[in-house]
Amino acid sequence: MEYLIGIQGPDFVLVAADSVAASSIIKMKDDHDKMFKLSDNILLLCVGEAGDTVQFAEYIQKNVQLYKMRNGYELSPTAAANFTRKNLADYLRSRTPYHVNLLLAGYDQADGPALFYMDHLSALAKAPFAAHGYGAFLTLSILDRYYKPGGWTGEQDASLLSILNKRFILNLPSFNVRAIDKEGVHDLEKVFKHAYLRSRGDFRY
Amino acid sequence: MSLFIFVGEYISALNHIFIDCIECIKHYFNCAVHKVSQIGGAVIFCLHHQTIYCKPKKSIERLLVSKMALASVLGSDYADFSFDTDKSYAFGSGLAAEPTSIDNLSFAIKGALGSAEQDDVEKKIEFLHGTTTLAFKFDHGVIVAVDSRATAGAYIASQTVKKVIEINPYLLGTMAGGAADCSFWERLLARQCRVYELRNKERISVAAASKLLANMVYQYKGMGLSMGTMVCGWDKRGPGLYYVDSEGNRVCGDLFAVGSGSMYAYGVIDSGLRQDMSVEDACELGRRAIYQATYRDAYSGGQVNLYHVHGEGWTRVSQDDVLLLHHKYQEKL
Repeated sequence: MEYLIGIQGPDFVLVAADSVAASSIIKMKDDHDKMFKLSDNILLLCVGEAGDTVQFAEYIQKNVQLYKMRNGYELSPTAAANFTRKNLADYLRSRTPYHVNLLLAGYDQADGPALFYMDHLSALAKAPFAAHGYGAFLTLSILDRYYKPGGWTGEQDASLLSILNKRFILNLPSFNVRAIDKEGVHDLEKVFKHAYLRSRGDFRY
Repeated sequence: MSLFIFVGEYISALNHIFIDCIECIKHYFNCAVHKVSQIGGAVIFCLHHQTIYCKPKKSIERLLVSKMALASVLGSDYADFSFDTDKSYAFGSGLAAEPTSIDNLSFAIKGALGSAEQDDVEKKIEFLHGTTTLAFKFDHGVIVAVDSRATAGAYIASQTVKKVIEINPYLLGTMAGGAADCSFWERLLARQCRVYELRNKERISVAAASKLLANMVYQYKGMGLSMGTMVCGWDKRGPGLYYVDSEGNRVCGDLFAVGSGSMYAYGVIDSGLRQDMSVEDACELGRRAIYQATYRDAYSGGQVNLYHVHGEGWTRVSQDDVLLLHHKYQEKL
């Protein structure tokens, strides 16, 4: 039901999450933000079991900020991803495992953009593109077919989300989209929405 | 020894006689013929030969009407006649069981009533899931409207439950799910909010109060708490409305409805809500939505309790019986 996607470009990472917070068949909230800002250039996208998502993501968020306060410098995206994975793994075989699926996206000044895929069994993989949820089945193949390390544009995102609208039985009407580059995190909602709506044939934008 | 008797269309074991051997049948028949002809048809089991002898039905006389009537009212599925259950209509089964005493027509009712005990615990936990509570934000604050019915399975336990918990003079909590869970945890929240006020010399924000509640119940996730509550209040950021439940969900929003009748309430509110409504109109919308939910949902009813949260705190607006509202709305039509 919930959907996350991340795509790494040459000098940016693009991430999007659907913005529906549902409780069984009711949409409780349709502008829910599933991205957590770990630092100025790291975002953690988190979906999964109710309660676990927010609790785990906020736990990681506060610990990353604590590290910065204690040591005077921030964790790199790679280090943050491994820290997150370690926590997931530690809790996995306890009485209270966290049932969450994550994408961690960040930009390191030295290493460039990075996207990490993590799941509830605490797997970790650095990938050029990744997705979670039922929508992943539909969109990953498009990415496999058309992704080139050098060029990914905003127009192509529109095509990804239009395939979801075309084929996915559940209606995911709105998404939160952000891009991370060397300047930090940028909220792309408005820019993106125009391209997306144009691709759906709505030319008022 | 017993005689298994056919009376009319239905079978009922009155008293049954097992006849040991065929030689005895005649003897029994001789003295039983008299009875048999009065009663009607007769089926005689021979234990020894494991065979059944049937006499044709004659005129029907309804003896022992009371016992039989009860059996028929309950239906043959439920009544357990004195045989073992699998042998109650033992027509071809060759009765191997020893006959029990004559009078043990035990109408042990299986099914509907009997299974209530096992489900009791479950039903108690789900005491108030059958409910409709709603709250929405608008320009002049937050409207909170709830019904007042409590059900235990198909039984209406109460029509006058207070489902809005007054946490403090500017914070309200609604109750859906387990009544004990809701009132206990919200009372605990009230205590935490007061402690916050004393420590920080300022009122707690709605976001912080809902976060406190969410963190408290998260500790007990998976242990059977059942609580779906909305924390509504007014703080320095204006009106605040959060939905918190025992699953761990905590979301901020402009409109929530919780409970079995929530979907009906959503329909009415979504189509009538405007941010710039007057207080009167907003109250009427809330009242109407709860009424419509009680109309369709069997587990909601009683009275509609309405509260309005504004800058100075909360006010109890009205309490209207759903039936009177029904008449009022019918007249308007």
